[in-house]
Amino acid sequence: MPTVSSKRRLTAGAALVVAALVTTTACGGGDGDGDGKGKGAGYNAALNKVANPSKKAGGTLRMVGKQDLDSADPQRAYYGMSWDFMRFYTRQLVSYDTKPGKAGTKLVPDLAESTAKISDDGKTYTYKLRDGVTWEDGSPLTSKDVKYGIERIWATDTITGGPQYVMKALDPKGEYKGPYKDTSKDKLGLKAIETPDDKTIIFKLPKRNGDFEQFLAMPSGSPVKAAKDTKAKYTQRPFSAGPYKFQQYKPGKKIILVRNDKWKKDSDPIRAALPDKIDVTISANLEENDKRLMAGDYDVDLNGTGMTQSGRVTAIQDHRGSIDNMHTSFVRYVALIHTAKPFDNVHCRKAVFYGTDFAALQQTRGGKLAAGDIANSTFPKAIPGYSDYDPYGVIERKGKPDPAKAKDELKKCNKPDGFSAKITARNNNPGEEDTAEALQAQLKKVNINLSVETLDGADSSSITGSPSVVKKRGYSMQMSGWGPDFPSGQGYAQPLFDSRFLAETGNYNESQIKDKKIDGLFDKAIAETDPVKAGEIYKSLDKRILDQADWMPFLYEKNITWRGPRLTNAYMSDAYNGRYDYVSLGVNDKK
Amino acid sequence: MAPGGGRGPPQGGSAPAGPRTVLAYLIRRLIAVIIMVLVVLLATFTVFFMLPKWAGQDIAVLFAGKASGAEQLEGIRTKLGLDDPLLVQFWDFVKGIPMGRDYANGSDVTHCPAPCFGYSFRTEAPVWETLKDALPVTGALALGACVLWLAGGVATGVVSALKRGSVWDRAAMTTALGGVSLPVFFTGMIAMGVFVHNLGWVKIADSLSTDDSIDVWFQTLILPWIVLAFLNAAMYARLTRATMLEILGEDYIRTARSKGLNESAVIRRHALRSAMTPILTVFGLDLGVLMGGAVLTESTFNLPGLGLEAVRAISSKDLPVILGVTLCAALAIAIANLVVDLLYAVIDPRVRLG
Repeated sequence: MPTVSSKRRLTAGAALVVAALVTTTACGGGDGDGDGKGKGAGYNAALNKVANPSKKAGGTLRMVGKQDLDSADPQRAYYGMSWDFMRFYTRQLVSYDTKPGKAGTKLVPDLAESTAKISDDGKTYTYKLRDGVTWEDGSPLTSKDVKYGIERIWATDTITGGPQYVMKALDPKGEYKGPYKDTSKDKLGLKAIETPDDKTIIFKLPKRNGDFEQFLAMPSGSPVKAAKDTKAKYTQRPFSAGPYKFQQYKPGKKIILVRNDKWKKDSDPIRAALPDKIDVTISANLEENDKRLMAGDYDVDLNGTGMTQSGRVTAIQDHRGSIDNMHTSFVRYVALIHTAKPFDNVHCRKAVFYGTDFAALQQTRGGKLAAGDIANSTFPKAIPGYSDYDPYGVIERKGKPDPAKAKDELKKCNKPDGFSAKITARNNNPGEEDTAEALQAQLKKVNINLSVETLDGADSSSITGSPSVVKKRGYSMQMSGWGPDFPSGQGYAQPLFDSRFLAETGNYNESQIKDKKIDGLFDKAIAETDPVKAGEIYKSLDKRILDQADWMPFLYEKNITWRGPRLTNAYMSDAYNGRYDYVSLGVNDKK
Repeated sequence: MAPGGGRGPPQGGSAPAGPRTVLAYLIRRLIAVIIMVLVVLLATFTVFFMLPKWAGQDIAVLFAGKASGAEQLEGIRTKLGLDDPLLVQFWDFVKGIPMGRDYANGSDVTHCPAPCFGYSFRTEAPVWETLKDALPVTGALALGACVLWLAGGVATGVVSALKRGSVWDRAAMTTALGGVSLPVFFTGMIAMGVFVHNLGWVKIADSLSTDDSIDVWFQTLILPWIVLAFLNAAMYARLTRATMLEILGEDYIRTARSKGLNESAVIRRHALRSAMTPILTVFGLDLGVLMGGAVLTESTFNLPGLGLEAVRAISSKDLPVILGVTLCAALAIAIANLVVDLLYAVIDPRVRLG
């Protein structure tokens, strides 16, 4: 490019910017919701209640997202948004109730006639399939299809990426090698699952697990018809058992689902299946996506990660009735790595709790509406185990730090002059780098000197998730976020705090907590089939972690989410990290 | 990159290049292109497959997803040959382009048919499939935009040079300054805000594919063409104006005029023809870069071309696709340069190939 004098360039640039802004503001007056294409149901209308309840069928539900599904293969997906979306074309033995908020985490029968009949010893789960459940070609869906689908989880070198809870619960030693290496004729060699007839399926657990039905409710518990299994390529065209089937899937670009006319409403009490068509566009330009959502070109963001800053400002000002302040059930945290000195000493860890200005971190991430509430418990509010226990007075002081106590703890840690530490933050997580820098400034006041190292979030499982790499690079704190795989203490907390989950790669026990008491509490809670009693055990576990200052939560995440004015039956479900329950959505015009 | 050894000093009196010398030249240059592309490929290969390994990271994890056990990682390493030495892995990759390739771990075989530019384990498709879909979009974007900017930029530059100091000249050069200064994501967002959202003159398709009609392609591409052309035309206008002014002051132009040639012939046959040489050099490079993917334009307008594919691949650490896109970009630049070098001979008879 030719060089021009910077002053001239600046003036000309500024003049053009002003001209352009004048043009756009002149054209784009905020005249109500969705450019007058209908009014939103009200601010937070889908929070703990249903916005625009309706039974009207027809029309096209139009979704947009920056990110595509991580996989369309039910056994390979791990993102919450994919699980939410998959109810359009997959079914499970049990699934989440189609109700707003916390009520949405209740398990209800889906393919099965009722939830499991559990034997007295808690190790045998029996289901009977409903009548009339079919595949998209009209063939009956049998218990063998369910077994085969679940068996695919064992084919770990082909069916990569998905959760493996069922596998760990049924076959902890990994004796079965998966259907692709199965030598039996029908490829149904897994001994822990029995299918005495086409309607009955029996699971035999070697050890009790109170959350076993939760595992089956994940899309990885979906049936797959063996004749239609294209192995790794199944993601390109999954065979549907739900109300919609694939018309088109172009990874990273487009998904179009159309009605599966072989699906029968009376065989499925869960799915409303109102729209005739689901049209998903993947588009990288977040700002533009927000604009087109507000213009009514799309109805809902597939990713459910909240609007951009500019989108948020316009939406709050001009379309307040079309937004919800979603609780995502994600917790923002800092892991304090026990193997890195001086965090082997509990007092040094406590000094960080007292030195942190939680209120300022909240501001840095976008304030109360866009960032969320200040956290006290290691558990999010929607998960059993949360309590208002607040040993460091974080909530009491409204998030403000207590420098005197921080210095006190430093003395007890034999570091009266403070210490230095390295903290990591992900550069592609909006706001995380800034938040780490804010923490750096705060802790400097109590002589804890942080240096911030950033990394690509896609690398986390091989860098921050690898204890040997962490050690080599000398990290002692890691900032990140965590949401539950399924709404229970086990699904949320075990990968984070159980010493037996420490792994060489893909490790999420980032603090590297090795506490026999915590491990014991997990065992006790998991064996408990009464969720209320299990919840109490998780509360004592949370208390133990906080008392030990093992892991510092700082925010319960929230975001501003667009709810298109055309949408009917919109509500946010805690089962899907606070996203809208996609399978219930409808649109109120025929378009 | 230098345009290569195509341009020699004027060689007065030598015979014009025969077809045989041109052919020999072409072959020599093509070999150079292949070597260059291989070097680029090897460098990219090292950056993505070896650097993380040397830094102690396990790249198998990138192919495995969230839940990954040791056995699973071992399977992936075997399947992709990640434990082989760098050159062996590189050779396997290069060989796969003409021959196709099988990724195998025991009975688990994934076949990647020729031309195999690698296999993406994120999208479960050969990289070629991705490139094949993206190339027409990038090609259409680049060609449309370059026709517009070349025509617009050169015409503006010539007129500005001929009417130097006039109101037209000043207005054109100020606009050009704006064009050079404003980034595509800015002008693009403004253009979309005005013409799509407010005036509704054009309708942008959610995504483009070869199944879509010409009308859809045209509607979707017209704004990106204009925005991208605006950015580049500005630079070409300034370049053309400067070159033209310089040439119009040369002795041979005075000679041509004094011979009694009319003004339009002087401009067209003498001035403009010489002015084209530097413009063509820049144009070749620009077109090459653009054919490798206009990252900003494609992400602003969500056009599913190579640039957007590169962004997607980088953000999801889809190494095989990153490699494929880099290869395409390197090829595009090398070929564009070759074509430009051949064109020199057409527009400037003083240039000899050989």
